[in-house]
Amino acid sequence: MNSAADFTSQDSATRISVGEAITPESLGASSDPAPEETARYALLLGDDCLILAQRLGHWISRAPELEEDIALGNIALDLLGHARFLLTYAGSAWGKSEDDLAYFRSEEEFRSCRLVEQDNGDFAQTIARQLLFSFYTYELYQRLVDSADTTLAAVADKALKEVDYHQDHAAQWLFRLGGGTEESARRMQAGLEAVWPYLEELFADVEPTAALAQQGIAVLPSSLREPVLHRLRTTIEEAGLRVPEAKGALGADRSGRFSEHRGFILAEMQVLARQHPGATW
Amino acid sequence: MSNEKPDLRAVDTTHGSITEQAQAAADDARVGWEHFQQLMEEDKRVEPRDWMPEQYRKTLVRQVSQHAHSEIIGMQPEGNWISRAPSLKRKSVLMAKVQDEAGHGLYLYSAAETLGTSRDEMYQQLYTGKAKYSSIFNYPARTWADVGAIGWLVDGAAITNQVPLCRASYGPYGRAMVRVCKEESFHQRQGWEILYTLSHGTPAQKQMAQDAVDRTYGPALQMFGPPDADSPNSQQSMAWNIKRFSNDELRQRFVDMIVPQAEALGLTLPDPELKWNEERGHYDYSDLDWDEFFSVVKGNGPLNHQRLAHYRAARDNGAWVREAAAAYAAKQADSSRDSALLSA
Amino acid sequence: MAKTDPTAAADHIPDGGVVIEDPADHSVWPLWEVFVRSARGLSHVHAGSLHAPDAAMALRNARDLYTRRNEGTSIWVIPAAEIVASDPDSKGGYFESAKGKAYRHATYYTQSEGVPHL
Ligand SMILES: [Fe+2]
Ligand SMILES: [Fe+2]
Repeated sequence: MNSAADFTSQDSATRISVGEAITPESLGASSDPAPEETARYALLLGDDCLILAQRLGHWISRAPELEEDIALGNIALDLLGHARFLLTYAGSAWGKSEDDLAYFRSEEEFRSCRLVEQDNGDFAQTIARQLLFSFYTYELYQRLVDSADTTLAAVADKALKEVDYHQDHAAQWLFRLGGGTEESARRMQAGLEAVWPYLEELFADVEPTAALAQQGIAVLPSSLREPVLHRLRTTIEEAGLRVPEAKGALGADRSGRFSEHRGFILAEMQVLARQHPGATW
Repeated sequence: MSNEKPDLRAVDTTHGSITEQAQAAADDARVGWEHFQQLMEEDKRVEPRDWMPEQYRKTLVRQVSQHAHSEIIGMQPEGNWISRAPSLKRKSVLMAKVQDEAGHGLYLYSAAETLGTSRDEMYQQLYTGKAKYSSIFNYPARTWADVGAIGWLVDGAAITNQVPLCRASYGPYGRAMVRVCKEESFHQRQGWEILYTLSHGTPAQKQMAQDAVDRTYGPALQMFGPPDADSPNSQQSMAWNIKRFSNDELRQRFVDMIVPQAEALGLTLPDPELKWNEERGHYDYSDLDWDEFFSVVKGNGPLNHQRLAHYRAARDNGAWVREAAAAYAAKQADSSRDSALLSA
Repeated sequence: MAKTDPTAAADHIPDGGVVIEDPADHSVWPLWEVFVRSARGLSHVHAGSLHAPDAAMALRNARDLYTRRNEGTSIWVIPAAEIVASDPDSKGGYFESAKGKAYRHATYYTQSEGVPHL
């Protein structure tokens, strides 16, 4: 009665399938352990994705329209997938799982950028944050596919295709909010202003990234600055909005000057896992 | 139907007088009714533009929209755990699951729209608190184990209810249900798996799982609606093939299914009377607390207010976005019209 | 009048769904019908409907909603209001002509039974 055959035998317009792609599980099982420095790099990239996925997940059931609940959900799921790849790979260097890294590191140990830690704000601010981050990651992954580290290259290859859609999603909304009503243009501009100070941090040549870039493993962050900024400027102007003039906020080095939000984000994300250390879920 | 366009045929006098028109309409309706009856008898599908009795249309709109509202409000109890899911795998699963529910709401609203009620109208009914949705979502998902219990029991009850509806007489509804059921099958399994893992974990985890099952069992059984004796409209709905089995039949079927599933979990169901009845070939179970059920339906559940407030806030906060996108589309349409004129 | 004639009410509803656009409400997005090609070599098939402010967003929403499980390789979106439908009412004889013309089908021709490749 309740078996799948009861309804799948019936007419349905489309057929579902898993589709072939790498998964965090298959990656964890197959790849060689990451070298120490590469692991630290993967961790930094993965933390960005994890925190942003955490932020975006909050929109589900709160989006402006049902269709958008689903769109933001898809993006959050993509990002969470990227985080899981990267954390799994990073953890392979230290015998740690993705969950060890996600749930049992402290604020000081996270490497996420402040951009992804910013509040969702209103829908415009979320779109602004998406715009900056997706444009940045698109340029990043486009180069990382050529990494000398084959695992990173494979992850970048998968992520690039997904991030391509994320930047389109952000740009489409930027145009609509920028060119919609007076109210939406005002909010969109405010959203851009709110997140702009945290853009610069993405281009800081921190270690071990810079050293790994020398070896053709990582992408040198400062090399992304021009292409990302150029595309952001063009898109924002096309949307009839102003490119914010805000300077990068100080502390743009992913060192220890993380945002005040981070503690709250982690407290919420980690609370249950930490109540039951060592438990399986 | 207040937004209906005027029927142009009624003022088109080139084909005869108004009385002839009225006569023709009456004939049409009679032929339509006979056709509809035949479809029902042969268990065939009614499609959107077919003639259908007004009551059939109304009943369907109510049933399908309530179902849609349940999917939408149902996002909240589990959505509440997305940010705290205890592993990244579980976080992905939960996010995908809650997102699916938004999709289910959307498929169902679409089906109801083919009956002449706009999605916005249905949103309004939910927004103003006039519409009903499944009472179970007015209970809190207090612990992580509730996510498991909801998936196993609530989605499980929903599937039991929905699989027969894949053959509902109204085409768009049946097709929506096929799509929903395909997606639901993962929901129930992931819930069961959460409970299984908890049940085989630490004593604290197992207790968490048992508590959640204890809380969810009764309300989940009530998802099938009041006992048949108190369900006056069921007969008509069954004649119309928009309800395939009675509330009690479905409930029994569900109980029979979950008993062995609970055993496989290593958890108990909170009903001391629950036992196999050889004669009936079914499990006997105790009466449910229907006073509580009706009290929750009337709005006095633990979270009726919160669920609605959450929904309203999302609609309110999104209004400017929806407006902006519509305004942008209008401007684009205008400017492409202008440029077409210029180039002409 | 439309109010008392149920067939008339149905006439205003395109197969995909009702198109009610209240000009006073600028925030209601129109309805779109979504067609998905599930694999190369197959036709686009109606998958369902959705709301979107414009064609570009309709396409994206369709991708997000109707191809989450790898259902598609290509999508069409069409404003529901643009669909022109035949009268589905079987009382009309619209499709009667197509019935009973067995000679249009290969099975009508039985002489050749047993003859190879025919
Ligand atoms: Fe559902
Ligand atoms: Fe579900």
